[in-house]
Amino acid sequence: MAIDVLGAPIKRTEDPRFITGKGRYLDDIKLTGMVHMAILRSPYAHANIRSVDTAAAKAMPGVLAVFTGADIPYNPLPMAWPAGGSSGIQNNINMPRVLATDSVKWTGEGVAAVVAETPEQAVDALEAISVDWEPLPAVVDAEKATQPGAPQLHENAPNNVVFTWTVGDKAGTDAAIESAEVVVRQRIVNQRLIPNPMEVRGDIGWYNPGTDEYTIWMSSQTPHIMRLLLTAFVTGIPEHKVRCIAPDVGGAFGTKIFCYADMALVMFASKAIGGRPVKWVESRRENYQSTTHGRDHITYLEIAGNRDGEIAGLRVKTYANLGGRLSTIGAGVPTTLYGRVLAGCYKFPNVFAEVTGVYTNTTFVDAYRGAGRPEATYVVERAMDLFADEIGMDPAAIRRKNFLPTDAFPYDNPSGLGTAVNGEKIFIDSGNYEPALNKALTMVNYYELDKAKKEARRRGKYLGVGLSSYIEVCGVAPSKWIGAVGEGWGAAMWESANLKVHLTGKVILTMGTSPQGQGHETTYAQIISHELGLPMEDIIVQHSDTQGTPFGYGSYGSRTAAVGGAAAIKAAGKVRDKAKRYAAHMLEASVDDIEVDGASFRVKGSPDKVKTLQEIAFALDLGFSLPEGMEPYLDETAYHDTPNCTWPFGTHIALVEVDEATGKVDLVKYVAVDDVGKKINPMIVDGQLHGGIVQGVGQALWEGALYGDDGQLLSGSMLDYALPRASWLPNLELDETVTPSPVNPLGVKGVGEAGAIASTAAVSNAVIDALSPLGIRHLDMPYTPQTVWRAIQAATSKGGSA
Amino acid sequence: MAEHISFVVNGDRRELDVEPRRLLVQALREDLDLTGTHVGCDTSQCGACTVSVDGRAVKSCTMLAVQADGSTVVTIEGLATGDKLHPLQAAFWEKHGLQCGFCTPGMIMAAADLLQRTTDPSDEEIRHAIEGNYCRCTGYQNIVAAIREAAATMRTGAAVPARGRASRAATNGQA
Repeated sequence: MAIDVLGAPIKRTEDPRFITGKGRYLDDIKLTGMVHMAILRSPYAHANIRSVDTAAAKAMPGVLAVFTGADIPYNPLPMAWPAGGSSGIQNNINMPRVLATDSVKWTGEGVAAVVAETPEQAVDALEAISVDWEPLPAVVDAEKATQPGAPQLHENAPNNVVFTWTVGDKAGTDAAIESAEVVVRQRIVNQRLIPNPMEVRGDIGWYNPGTDEYTIWMSSQTPHIMRLLLTAFVTGIPEHKVRCIAPDVGGAFGTKIFCYADMALVMFASKAIGGRPVKWVESRRENYQSTTHGRDHITYLEIAGNRDGEIAGLRVKTYANLGGRLSTIGAGVPTTLYGRVLAGCYKFPNVFAEVTGVYTNTTFVDAYRGAGRPEATYVVERAMDLFADEIGMDPAAIRRKNFLPTDAFPYDNPSGLGTAVNGEKIFIDSGNYEPALNKALTMVNYYELDKAKKEARRRGKYLGVGLSSYIEVCGVAPSKWIGAVGEGWGAAMWESANLKVHLTGKVILTMGTSPQGQGHETTYAQIISHELGLPMEDIIVQHSDTQGTPFGYGSYGSRTAAVGGAAAIKAAGKVRDKAKRYAAHMLEASVDDIEVDGASFRVKGSPDKVKTLQEIAFALDLGFSLPEGMEPYLDETAYHDTPNCTWPFGTHIALVEVDEATGKVDLVKYVAVDDVGKKINPMIVDGQLHGGIVQGVGQALWEGALYGDDGQLLSGSMLDYALPRASWLPNLELDETVTPSPVNPLGVKGVGEAGAIASTAAVSNAVIDALSPLGIRHLDMPYTPQTVWRAIQAATSKGGSA
Repeated sequence: MAEHISFVVNGDRRELDVEPRRLLVQALREDLDLTGTHVGCDTSQCGACTVSVDGRAVKSCTMLAVQADGSTVVTIEGLATGDKLHPLQAAFWEKHGLQCGFCTPGMIMAAADLLQRTTDPSDEEIRHAIEGNYCRCTGYQNIVAAIREAAATMRTGAAVPARGRASRAATNGQA
């Protein structure tokens, strides 16, 4: 009998180790003979390196080796996803080297490395390295960097332009905007964020001279891809000589997808010192300077339509700040993952976007929770509110009016899902947007908020309400499509699963995906328990080690349940099929006469002729008696290439109160109605939403990476970068609609990023709504008390009515 | 030059020779292999290193190991009684109060300090008590729910479920 765990709020199987302090994160690993590495980082945002003198450092206590860029024979890090998908896109690519050789392009770029017996000795020796710098002028703002006269970072990138990429129908959109009754224009900034997983990054490299093989422990979302990139692109070491292991990973939010210089450096260093393991763990300050940042767009939007609220076109020009050199998929994020979803959940007939990727003297920017889709949602949801404000329409009504109708699916949107070269397309799989909006409106008593607004004014507060109706593209991706839009790390984006039923009936599922806190060990076990009718306790999920798990692309982009989950189901199906054939052999029946009920395989019409999966596994794994042509062991591997992406959606509504005297913004209520398809474990789904929502709220209200004009990172520590704290937040109220995805057998859509994609725009719209009585129609984030207070002062001195 | 310290950690007397600059968190993690106490920042903002020193929650990155000489320290590894989880550990598991687990030991130790001082905290008091501890995964909501539940368990003295068994969470996941 099937055990009903699929869809149930099962407590996580990984938790006992974490709540007792027995998790094993990168920095918890100690190896015999292990030594420590520290990296000297540039104090300048832009400078030439005249020379590096390491002699004094080499003589420091405990120091085993000091390296500079000239010592490292490896290639620069690879660019895996240039801006692509249309013909003629030129990418002016500059990638980081393992250590910089001639110049540095941001404060924090690695210049030299020390290996010493202890971490303290390594850090002490950094102080003794002398670099002769030639400082150069810096530029940190993407729009300014493209202007004439701006400091130039790279010879192959005139005006600091990485690429100029367009998507959508330019002529149609231009015409729609020119002929529209109403056009609203706004410059909006989606500020730079520092992702801040609680565990920083680190690696341990170990070269074994006896086997000429390398093992790298890394805090990573993508150990298989890292092995591929580090071997095939960076070091030239044969792929089969390298093993990558991600131990427990303490959060990632995108930052641990990428190939970093330190990974190659610990490999090099371990070999250079004769094979002792070399550990490097970044400090939080280093994390802020040299692990990827997110967002950082400057956008000019134009939205056009008529006074009835029908939108005719959206035209967008975006400057995407990509940093001093590029990160692994830095160029793919503001193009494919942003430009192609700018139409959101709306039936806009015309959309055109031009994205200019720009080099500046800042840390590289890459995927951060949502990756392109929060930026797109912010643009379209601010645009909807700006347009509604202009024509005096209710923000809920304008959304309802422009939603894609339920009969539109599968839908090919005009902002370019279908414009990839060679005709490969993806479609929005399914959707029903209005019920989620209606539910959310009810949850906040939307149509009675005027009373509450008046009441707030009596307390010296402005109450604002903000909506965000979003869609997200998850479950990336069909391999043919992802190749056509420019992704190029040498392969595709399918997923893999291996399922073994051992002699004792215990099951090990090994996956190519790689978790960072999402609870995959639980959710995959729920899937297998459901599929095979075995108790959860009999199933273990293994992952994140290139030795012993099938190749997989890892966990990011809310893809694990949709793509990895489908692979697991496929592997379970193969196991069940083989078990059924073997049951027929054991029961001396025809395969067609075997009925499967959970873990029981019985002969139709003979209820006492039955074998359990455990009995079948025992006999089949022993292999004493096998039918003609059957191999021993119940061990099956499956690869799954998804036919389409999945498209979660929903409406979030934020209520904020702005204090008129201080400018302080309080989030007083937050409701989220999300449709993520079916749920494997609703408890885990809610947890993902909570965390995502709060990260997005953080962007709207508090967070921002700030650079001085000289390229110094002013928000350089947790003292200076305001992460959300428990006491700043209300309890979030969640509800759902359920529209199963038709593209995978679980009907799941993905949920890891949804909260972060929706919430920033909801809070932003709420703050602007609160300030609208003052005549304020837009304000850039984050809405710190100072920013809001200044806006209030400016508005009231201009004569806005309070 | 090393200094000798003697202190009680999770019930055992421990003797160490430490550099004067060694932080308590380093002594716990690197000298005593108690790696459940984590380091998440370098400015005492994150609280991942929170332990109990003489009954009060302390960020162990703000204290030198030599300052712990003669004290009694409890880390996350010392919170359970044998196989019996502390009510906070059980409640964090039950209420999905953790995702990546990195902040969890510090969060639980900070919460333990609160529940020593008050047996029936409001949500506001709970949120205030853990504002020195960052979590980037949960949005804090289920952490607050877990601490509330642990407080209720401790008030009633109810038995804490044994660890290691997969079972349904008590709620539908809504905090």
